[in-house]
Parts: sequence; C-alpha cells; structure tokens
Amino acid sequence: MTENRVEAENKSTNSGTTDKVANNACPSVRRVGRRKFMYYGGWGVIGLFIASVLGSTVRFFFPRTLFEPPTMYTIGYLFEYAQGVSERFKQLRRIWVVREVDKLYVIGAKCTHLGCTPNWLAAEGKFKCPCHGSGFTPDGINIEGPAPRPLERFKVTLAEDGEITVDEGTSFRGERREWDKPGAFISV
Amino acid sequence: MDKKSDAKIKEVVTSSQIWKSIFRRKHDDTKRSRVLAIVGNFFMHLHPISVARHALALKFTWCMGGVTFLLFLFLTLGGVLLMFYYHPTTGEAYWDIKDLHYSVPFGKILRNTHRWGGHLMVITVMVHMFRVFMTGSYKRPREFNWAIGVILLVFTLLLSFTGYLLTWDQLGMWAITVGTNMARATPFIGHEGPFGEQLGMTAHNDVRFALLGGSVVGANALLRAYVWHCIAIPLIVTFLIGVHFWRVRKDGFSGSL
Repeated sequence: MTENRVEAENKSTNSGTTDKVANNACPSVRRVGRRKFMYYGGWGVIGLFIASVLGSTVRFFFPRTLFEPPTMYTIGYLFEYAQGVSERFKQLRRIWVVREVDKLYVIGAKCTHLGCTPNWLAAEGKFKCPCHGSGFTPDGINIEGPAPRPLERFKVTLAEDGEITVDEGTSFRGERREWDKPGAFISV
Repeated sequence: MDKKSDAKIKEVVTSSQIWKSIFRRKHDDTKRSRVLAIVGNFFMHLHPISVARHALALKFTWCMGGVTFLLFLFLTLGGVLLMFYYHPTTGEAYWDIKDLHYSVPFGKILRNTHRWGGHLMVITVMVHMFRVFMTGSYKRPREFNWAIGVILLVFTLLLSFTGYLLTWDQLGMWAITVGTNMARATPFIGHEGPFGEQLGMTAHNDVRFALLGGSVVGANALLRAYVWHCIAIPLIVTFLIGVHFWRVRKDGFSGSL
C-alpha cells in the first residue's frame, strides 16, 4: 500500500519533469497530449449533451400551438354604435367599443397595472379596476390608482362589406402617441 | 394473563424469523444500543446520533422547523387524497371543488385542512426563519443550510401560489393573473421589463408565456399549475428537505453552551 503510493508519487514527479522539459524545448507551442485531448473531448461531449437536454427542456415550456380565443374578429357595423362606451363585446372579447363624434376605436379591457378587467362605471363616466383601484377616462387615460399608463387600443379596420374588424395583434399605446396612427381608429 | 405467559409470548414473537428479519438488533438500554438504533434505522438515519438537551429546548427552537415538516407531510398526504376527486380542466375544476365540499365523504374537512394547512405552512416557515435569524443559527458553519432554507421558502411560496389557481374561482383566477403579470416586468425575460422589449420579448415568448403555457390564464395555465403543484415542486422540495436535514445533522445543532 505504502510502496504503491510512493511509486505513484515518483511517477507523477517524473512525468512532471518531462513535461517541463518538453515545454522548455518548445515554449511557443502549448502541447495537448492524448490524455488531455480525451479529457476535454469527453467532458465537452457530456457538456454539450447536458446543455442540449436543458435547452430543449426550456424550449418545451413554450407551446407552438395555442387554443386561445381568436385575436382577429368582427364586431358589427358602424351604425350599430351610438356615441359613448359600448360594453357589447366585453364578455365575449374583453374589449370596449368607443364611438366619439368623428371616430370609433376599440379599447382592450385589461388594466395596465396588473391585468385585471376594469368595470365601466357609466354614472361616473370612467373605467375603474376592482383589483387595485386604477381609474381611466372614457378614452382610456389613467387618472387614478397604480396604473402606470393608459389602456391599450387595438387595430380597427373596415372590411369590404362595411363590417368593423378588430386585430388584437396590433396594439396602440397612448403614452407613445400612437393613438393618431392609421389603424388606431376609424374616421366616421 | 399472568406475567409468565406474557414473557413467553414476547419470547416467541421476538425470536421468530419474521420479527428478526425486520428488527435486526436487540435494543437494550445502553448507549451503544441507542446509537445503533439511530444509525441502523432508515427513518432515523437523517437525524443526528445524539442531540444535546439544550438544542431541543422548546424556548430555543420553537419547533417551527419540525412543525413545518409535519405540515409538509400532512399536506402531501391530504393533497394525494384530493387528487382522487379533482380534474385540472376548466370545465370541471370548480365543480370538483364544490363536490369535494358538499358530496365527497370527508371532502370538506380534507379540502379545508389542505387550504388552512397551506396557509399555516407559509407562516411556520417564516417563523422558523425568524427564529434561526434571531438565534444567529444561520452563521458559520451553517451558512449553506441557511441558503437551502431560503430556496425552500421560495418553493413553499410557489406551492402556495400554484395551489391558489386550482380552485378555478374568481379569487384564484385573478390572483394568478396579477401574479403572472408581475412576471411580465422581469428584466430581460419579461416583455414589459427593463430591456425586455429591446431583446424582442412579446406576450408570446417571454417568461409569463412559459409559466402560463399561453398568453392568457386559461386551460394550459390550470394544467401547468396543477402539475407544478402536485408533482414537480413537491419532488424538488422533498429533495431539498433531505439536504436541509442532512446538513443539520452534519453541521450540528446550534444553541447556547
């Protein structure tokens, strides 16, 4: 037992000296022996394997196919909307349709604080979120509570047959002055 | 029955092959025998071989770690029972809870104790941490175990959070809406967080999307909360509790000298 250890120590010192000699012989080239090569190569393959397993596991949590409500739909014709806030599609699509004197636009009924659905208080003329008390004017501007920015608006267009089409894929943010952009409203 | 026949029965039982195959050693009242009892027993082996009397004093430990562990065991057992009557689907989840409450035998007490036990576990974990902090038991050489404990606190909160959605009622639904919307504001990996938008994060590829399995709190979110709550997190917590106890044994109990 003891002898073996002594032998091993001798061996390691020996190889150490030879390495030193070899390095001295050619200082500009760092030599990688077969053992080192197999060591790095082996661990490299294992590392790659683990990384790809972890990577694919992370990717696994992002589904490709979603079974969520459609983000493009129609909401009827212009003449169906009188001036003011319409709650007609709040239950089905989570939106308010707002008709002003010269335009119509669609507000997403999703509080910009933490995503609850505000209520439309017709008597007070404002949107009020039940979760943390954020309030918004009828055109969606935040006036009270923790909401940091106005309610978002969705893209609205008139289809060929005159029906109003909403596309939630494109939203317009008031604090970025996007509400005057084409698509943010329909001129009446 | 007289003493003599008692002794006779005891003798027959303890010398039988069945008894001897289960209990390998005879435990008499010696120090050596007591040590062997701890070391040789699966359920005891995580425990230190000997514990100083002061380290068990209730006014020092408050027994909050032990109570937390007991609650974890209780919640695991009760949770498994609840799973026999619960479907994690949007059409059934809420009504399954109603059934548990009003028609399943003992369902009401099972469900209520699971809910209150969950709340209580969060509290006992915090009190446990408070005690460990106030007695300075987090200091060297126990820093690593404190860190494990902090991770266990996070997983306890996550257990509570994921369980909240499973009732599929208004309270849980909006709690998870609010909670996951906070994740939207995570730096880099949330689409409303610092640098998120610049890195190309949207509502369809950020961390909230991965948590919910979609962009809204819907069927996928319910199923994910269910799997995390009932399987994934309990497994992680069980593993971490093992490490936690092992370190308590190896680092020794703290306490006054």
